[in-house]
Amino acid sequence: MDQHTVVLDRDGLSAVIATLAGDGYRVIGPVVRDGAIALGELRSGDDLPAGWGVDVAPGKYRLRRREDEAVFGHSTGPQSWKQFLHPARRTLWKELEDGTLHAEADEDPPRYAFIGVRGCDLAAIRRLDRVLMSTAYPDGSYQRRRQSVFIVAVNCTEPGETCFCASMGTGPEAGPGYDLALTERIDESGHRFVVQVATLTGQWVINDVLHSNASDEEVAEAHAAVTEAANKMGRAMPDVDLRDLIRDSRQSPLWQEIAQRCMVCGSCTMVCPTCFCTTVEDATDLTGKRAERTQRWSSCFDIDFSYIHGGSLRSSPASRYRQWMSHKLGTWHDQFGESGCVGCGRCVAWCPAGIDITEEAARLAEGGARAAD
Amino acid sequence: MLRTDHLEPMVPVPHRVTDRWVETHDSVTIRLEPVADPLPQFRPGQFTMVYAHGIGEIPISISGDPSVADGSITHTIRVVGVVSEALFNATPGTVLGLRGPFGTSWDVGRSAGRDLVIVAGGVGLAPLRPVVLEALAHRENYGRVVLIAGARSPQEFLFRKELDDWEQRHDLEITTTIDVPAEGWTGPVGFVTEPLGKLEIDPTRTTAFLCGPEPMMRFCARALLDKGLPDQDIRVSLERNMRCGVALCGHCQFGPLLVCRDGPVVDFHTAGPLMAVREL
Repeated sequence: MDQHTVVLDRDGLSAVIATLAGDGYRVIGPVVRDGAIALGELRSGDDLPAGWGVDVAPGKYRLRRREDEAVFGHSTGPQSWKQFLHPARRTLWKELEDGTLHAEADEDPPRYAFIGVRGCDLAAIRRLDRVLMSTAYPDGSYQRRRQSVFIVAVNCTEPGETCFCASMGTGPEAGPGYDLALTERIDESGHRFVVQVATLTGQWVINDVLHSNASDEEVAEAHAAVTEAANKMGRAMPDVDLRDLIRDSRQSPLWQEIAQRCMVCGSCTMVCPTCFCTTVEDATDLTGKRAERTQRWSSCFDIDFSYIHGGSLRSSPASRYRQWMSHKLGTWHDQFGESGCVGCGRCVAWCPAGIDITEEAARLAEGGARAAD
Repeated sequence: MLRTDHLEPMVPVPHRVTDRWVETHDSVTIRLEPVADPLPQFRPGQFTMVYAHGIGEIPISISGDPSVADGSITHTIRVVGVVSEALFNATPGTVLGLRGPFGTSWDVGRSAGRDLVIVAGGVGLAPLRPVVLEALAHRENYGRVVLIAGARSPQEFLFRKELDDWEQRHDLEITTTIDVPAEGWTGPVGFVTEPLGKLEIDPTRTTAFLCGPEPMMRFCARALLDKGLPDQDIRVSLERNMRCGVALCGHCQFGPLLVCRDGPVVDFHTAGPLMAVREL
């Protein structure tokens, strides 16, 4: 359908959440929890983090009070939508006593409505779609969860200090892939949301709540605010062909240098919205007759990630950091035809050593430029 | 109707061990038959994920005869860990789970009209056995067929009886070599690179198939490149940690490759530069 634009006020947004919940969606959005913006179930629009912003820097993340009551006036938190679409832990199958094996089908996964999906995170969902669905053997669980998701995206107008979506081409304007996209506006005319309606389901939800049609001026102002945000990014990836850079940097001494700082904790992989790697655990019950297999997130920083008989192929911290960063920026292109990094900045903020992927990429690029001289 | 094997590629398909042949002190060949539904027909070089009840699952190349299409699967397994030990101990009647077949094949048929040089180190002969069998089954389609197989000692050769039979054939140039001298061994002593180095080939019409430890494959590839064989005509079989076998878990990454999907058989043009990087 053709996109068109409407305006909601704060109550209108709460009504959208109520409508979705009333239709049986499990509505998930940003909430304040444990001193961070987390993703949790929204019982109403009142659960949104009104008036909360965040201060982020490499290795640092703090909530702060805003001077206004903006509900999306924060950048990404430590969690991402992958935890709902690609759960951290799930049973793959169970073996019954008769020896037959049954897929743990979760036939009825929750129908999720995601509220406040930023451009970077919507791009991350598209990355996961490609990896887990557009493949010869799709992940059935992901597929079942994904196909019923309703997405309310948010265009960013205040990027964080660790954000670099503009240089990855994923934001600050969200899309494609949403049902509704909001741009939050607070000024003398009040607190309101300029809403792009992209799907029939989105239209159906909007029809159910009090809204007004957006004037050309409101559309233009919202657009300008988002365009302006692109110039306020805290960071940027170096403007080079990252795929070539990574391929040509396999033997760079920089990996060893980064390894002096990297704690090999894997935090970057846990907070990354596109890191999809999993491992499996096999177990039996006490009788030993009934077995089951559990899948859980794993990390290329784990020492046993690359284990084959005789040892781990990537035992040095340098090789494990190289694997992670090379996959994000380089080999993801070879494997899946696009970048694995969406520029959300989580890995920068949540690295206990404050290692900054944009800075390390720039140093690789400088090293390459020096070597070429 | 939706194919369940595509919907749930993660669920092992029960197979019963029907035969077990001890190959060496630490390797066996087992033949498995489906308890109910068979897996799709395999192509030489492909692998299955083999599950030992309650213990775990590992990728194993198929070592069976590709011309046999009775639904059975044959694997040759060397004990290197807990799962392979459980598979080694799986006696006839034991039910194991299989998923697959997955991955790329040696694509022997693409080399019709050419000479085949097959080099195996140790248990690396297992994934290459289907190549030899396919070449011999369609012998008229190929020029020379050369097999060089190495083992640490005379007792370490897989498929000993079959190797003896192949040595009697006039249409197969076979060399078996052991790493260090052993009593009663009258054949060549040394790594497979030695007979390979002496082999004369026509680099314009030869395809090489290599399987064994990575250093062995690198040295063999180097020897073949020195003879003028293009790297696209050298194929190697790679081994990496695999948890899913279907390009979903990420463990088998090798630079740009997902070995379960883009391998295990990869040409040396692609694999060579990757194998040259430590801990990639």
